Formats: sequence, structure tokens, C-alpha cells
Amino acid sequence: MNIMMLLEMAAQGFGDRVAFVNEDDSLTYQELYDAAGAAAAYIRQSGCEYVAMLDVTSLAMPVALFASAWAGVPYVPLNYRLTEHEIKGLVERVEPALLITETDCTRDFSGHEAVQVVTRDAFLTRARSAKALETPWSMDAEDIAVLLFTSGTTGAPKAAVLRQKHLVAYILGSVEFGGAALEDASLGCVPPYHIAGISAVISSVYSGRRVVQLANFTPEKWIELVARERVTNAFVVPTMLARIIELLDADSAAQLSSLRAIAYGGGKMPLAVIEKTIQLLPQTDFTNAYGLTETSSTIAVLGPQDHRDAAASDDPAVHRRLVSVGRALPGVEIQIRDDEGQPASAGERGEIYVRGEQVSGEYVGRGSLLDAEGWFPTRDAGSMDEEGYLFLEGRADDVIIRGGENMSPGEIEDILLEHPAVADVAVVGIPDEQWGEAVAAAVVLKAEHSAGAAELQAWVRDRMRSSRVPQSLEFWDELPYNETGKLLRRIVKEKLST
Amino acid sequence: MADLKAGTRMKSAVCATEVMVIAAARPDVALTCGGAPMIGMAAEPAAGAAIDAEHAAGTLLGKRYVNEAGDLEVLCTKPGDGSLAVDGEPLVLKEAKALPSSD
Repeated sequence: MNIMMLLEMAAQGFGDRVAFVNEDDSLTYQELYDAAGAAAAYIRQSGCEYVAMLDVTSLAMPVALFASAWAGVPYVPLNYRLTEHEIKGLVERVEPALLITETDCTRDFSGHEAVQVVTRDAFLTRARSAKALETPWSMDAEDIAVLLFTSGTTGAPKAAVLRQKHLVAYILGSVEFGGAALEDASLGCVPPYHIAGISAVISSVYSGRRVVQLANFTPEKWIELVARERVTNAFVVPTMLARIIELLDADSAAQLSSLRAIAYGGGKMPLAVIEKTIQLLPQTDFTNAYGLTETSSTIAVLGPQDHRDAAASDDPAVHRRLVSVGRALPGVEIQIRDDEGQPASAGERGEIYVRGEQVSGEYVGRGSLLDAEGWFPTRDAGSMDEEGYLFLEGRADDVIIRGGENMSPGEIEDILLEHPAVADVAVVGIPDEQWGEAVAAAVVLKAEHSAGAAELQAWVRDRMRSSRVPQSLEFWDELPYNETGKLLRRIVKEKLST
Repeated sequence: MADLKAGTRMKSAVCATEVMVIAAARPDVALTCGGAPMIGMAAEPAAGAAIDAEHAAGTLLGKRYVNEAGDLEVLCTKPGDGSLAVDGEPLVLKEAKALPSSD
């Protein structure tokens, strides 16, 4: 198996269709296939063992992804928002590398003999003019397709290994070949070093959907592109959606009339944001996707009908599904396990385990974390209701253990968010001599609202067990999030602990 | 005859069809296309072989084909004029699942 087989099918089935658009430039499926072949020859010739991409989204990204697969070399996207020191540290882990980077890249790799730097433009020009590699790609399903450094919200980045078999299984399990209509267009604005940015490229290719690339997300640019390119599908992370709807009212939302479907994921979606979006875009379908780098992207979805049923229901258990991440994809099994490692009952909180052909669960230098039966411990905490709807409740490592009592930060955060003055909140455990850990909260107040620590503590005390009341509570201007909308709890914890 | 297992690629001996096996519960079944046993990707088809008129409905790119028992599923990676069968039983088109696009 090889993701190149998927591109070959697309080039065969609809080679003349436009695959990727970036500003005034574009590639059809046949052009993408040809460019991947030529770039594969270049990669082989360079003698590199990894192809690293340090750049914003561009046409070079899908070319490099497929070319790496053709050449049989892992593709390694790097987060260009990291510091120069961090980036160099990651590059050293993938030498000898061909490093594709932006034209105006000022970063200096001259001291790194095992790193060949090529600019995005030079790489693309070469891919579009040279001849394709004559040897076919390997069909060894065990070949590594992508090495992805995980975001490291809890420590140093780990290099997750995604093999050809994982990515191909994900696509074959979730995408219909050529399923996109001719007028379909999706807006790609997820960072190219994020698993959702990679899986979106392969999904779009297999479905035959035109991708409009947006390199640097701003809500203004996003709205303009949707309107101009008549975009029908878009994937956003919660923080992006929150910024987009801030700019919209009932009238201006009309310019997004082409938008048939929005998928979101990558972090917790605040109920207020999704409710307002549904109101502003009544003609749009919503899908919430939950997945991890280690699972080749999506493993559970809350589909459009689930959204409508939940939004319309008076039954609190059904209405609550609006904030769930839905049910497991076909071919994926999800299980919640309690502290003893036993399957949890419906509604009971525990750690989320996942199993399926798309699940890798492997890191460089650590091997596979799958257990004997193939289950991967996600380290995400959650619960599942009777009908299999999955609810996320933070990271398993985020559990606060106060005097032997386990509590989830999420449940306390949800209560505080119900307070009319609270805009955002993070609850963490901080070291405490008496209890081992104590509950602490960082609160962001809404503009023109006020509330004191005592008032918020009383708010929690009236609604939950007294052990849940934050012992210390600080007011901050904003909480630290990474660029995909994940709360950086490690940082909150550090700040609240001092 | 090659053992059928997930990931195995095979081609038709009598038309352009190529498939990849998605699932195969039994490795020793006789997969045919156009009435003739399918062959490995590197094998040369015998000269002069032609499509059996009984097996000439054709295959469609990107479609999945299954047997009635549901224990064999293949993906058509290159279309052709022959049609697929296993142990003489024609494979049928598998209905695409309607999944919302999540990325």
C-alpha cells in the first residue's frame, strides 16, 4: 500500500480536475501526479533519508508529501512557529534531510552538513519541469509515510510514526473515491504540520475535491476566500471559528451561502460558539471530528444529523451531545477504561482507548504503544453514553488528585463557564502540602463584567462538592493556547504554582 | 494463484482491470476477472486470452466489490472491461457509506 496509489487513481479518474489552488497558481490531479514523480527523482538524487517541510501551506506541500511516498522517504512537516532553537533541534533528529522552506527563510543551516536546503519555489519549479522517477513506488505497507512531531502540550515533542498502511486505511475507511461534485471546493487553512492538514490533502485527492489553500489564517481572509472561490467545505479549529463568527452578523453571513459543510476539531468547541455559528449559518451542515496524530486523524465524528437532533432535543442527555465528538468511524473501535483498566460503564469517566487499522500509536525510539489486543491508550479522558456518543474530558494526565479523590478539571471548568461573568477558564492541580494537590483556577472575565474570587468560589460550592472549589483563583487577560486551539495546561499549571 | 490478503494487488489476465484486496477471510479462493484467474502484478498474461462473455460487465475505478458472504472485498484501482467473480460467483458493487467529510 502507498498513498501514491490513491493519487494515481485520482489522476486516472479525473486528471483534468483542479486539485489545489494557491493564489493565482494551481495544479490539476495529473499535474500533481507528474510533479510528484519528478520531485521523487529529485529526492532520490539528493541522497536524503527524510524530506522536511518548514513552510506555510503552498502547492509544494502536496507535491512533497506524495513525492516522498514515491521516493520511499518519510515526509516530516515542521512547525514554523517554533523558535529557531527548537526547529534546529527537530531537524537534527531527521538528518540527512532535504529541507524545503520559504524563499525568505533567514534560518541558517550552514553548520548542518547533513541538511540540504531548497526553497519552495526552486522545489516546485524543478517538480514541474523534470522527468518522473522511473522506478515505481514501493507497495510495502510498512514503509513510513509521515513522521509528525506531536504538539507537546505535556512535554518535549515526540515523533509519531505513520506508516503507509495507516494513512491508506484511514482514507479507504472514510472517503468515497471521486465522491466530490465538480463544483465542490474545500478551504484548507489548518497548519500543514498538523495531522488534520495532512489527512485533508489525501482525503481531498481521493474524493476529487478542489482545495483552496489559505497559507496564513485570518478571519477576514477566510471569509473573503469562501465568498470568492465559492467554497463548499471547510475545516476549522475552534479558535478559528470563534474569530470568524465575531466578524459576522445575520447580513454579512449571507456571503458564505456556498458553504455547505463545516467540520471542526482539534480542541474543545465552546457551546456558545457552535450555537451562534448554527444560528448564523442555518444552511450549513456541521461535523465535529475527533482524532489524534497517532490515529492518522479522525476516529469519531458527530455528523450533521447528530447536530440537528441534539440541538432540537428537549431531552438533556440528547441535547448534551452537541458538545460530544460523536461516534466511532466504521472500522474504528473506541473503549473507555477505568482506573483499573477495565471497560467503564456508560457515562463513567475513564481513559479513551482506540483500535483500528488506521491507528499507529508508534513513536520513534519508543516503539509501539499498542497493547497485545491492538488498543492504543490515547491519554485523553472521556466518557461514552449508552448510544456510543463520546465526550472528551481533557487529558488523562490532567486529573487532579486531591487527598486521594480524583477530579476532572473539565467538570469544574464547565460549572465556572456557566457564571455570567466568566469568558474562559482553566482549572489545574497545583502542589499542596496538606492535600497532595489543590484545585486552582485561572479565569478570564467577559468585557464589562466583574466578579471576585469569593463570588466564583461560592458559585462552585453551591453546585459541586466542596472539594471541587478552587482554593486559589486568579484573573488573567487571556489563557495560553497553541495555534490549533489546545489549551496549554502545562503553562497554566506553572504560572499558578508559583 | 497468489494468496489473497489485505493489501495484495492483482491484475486481470484479459483486460485492464487492477484491484487491491481490502479484506479476505479465506486466502485460497479463486478470484477471476473476465472469467480468467487474476494474476500477480509482475506476471505476464497468457497470449490470446479473451474475456468470457459471461463476465464482461466491466469494473469501475475506485469502486469496491464484495461477495455475497461478505468475506471478500476488493478495490478497483484500474478499470477494465471484464467483471470480477470469486469461485464462480460474481462480485457485486458495494454501496458507498455516506460519511460526512471530517477534514
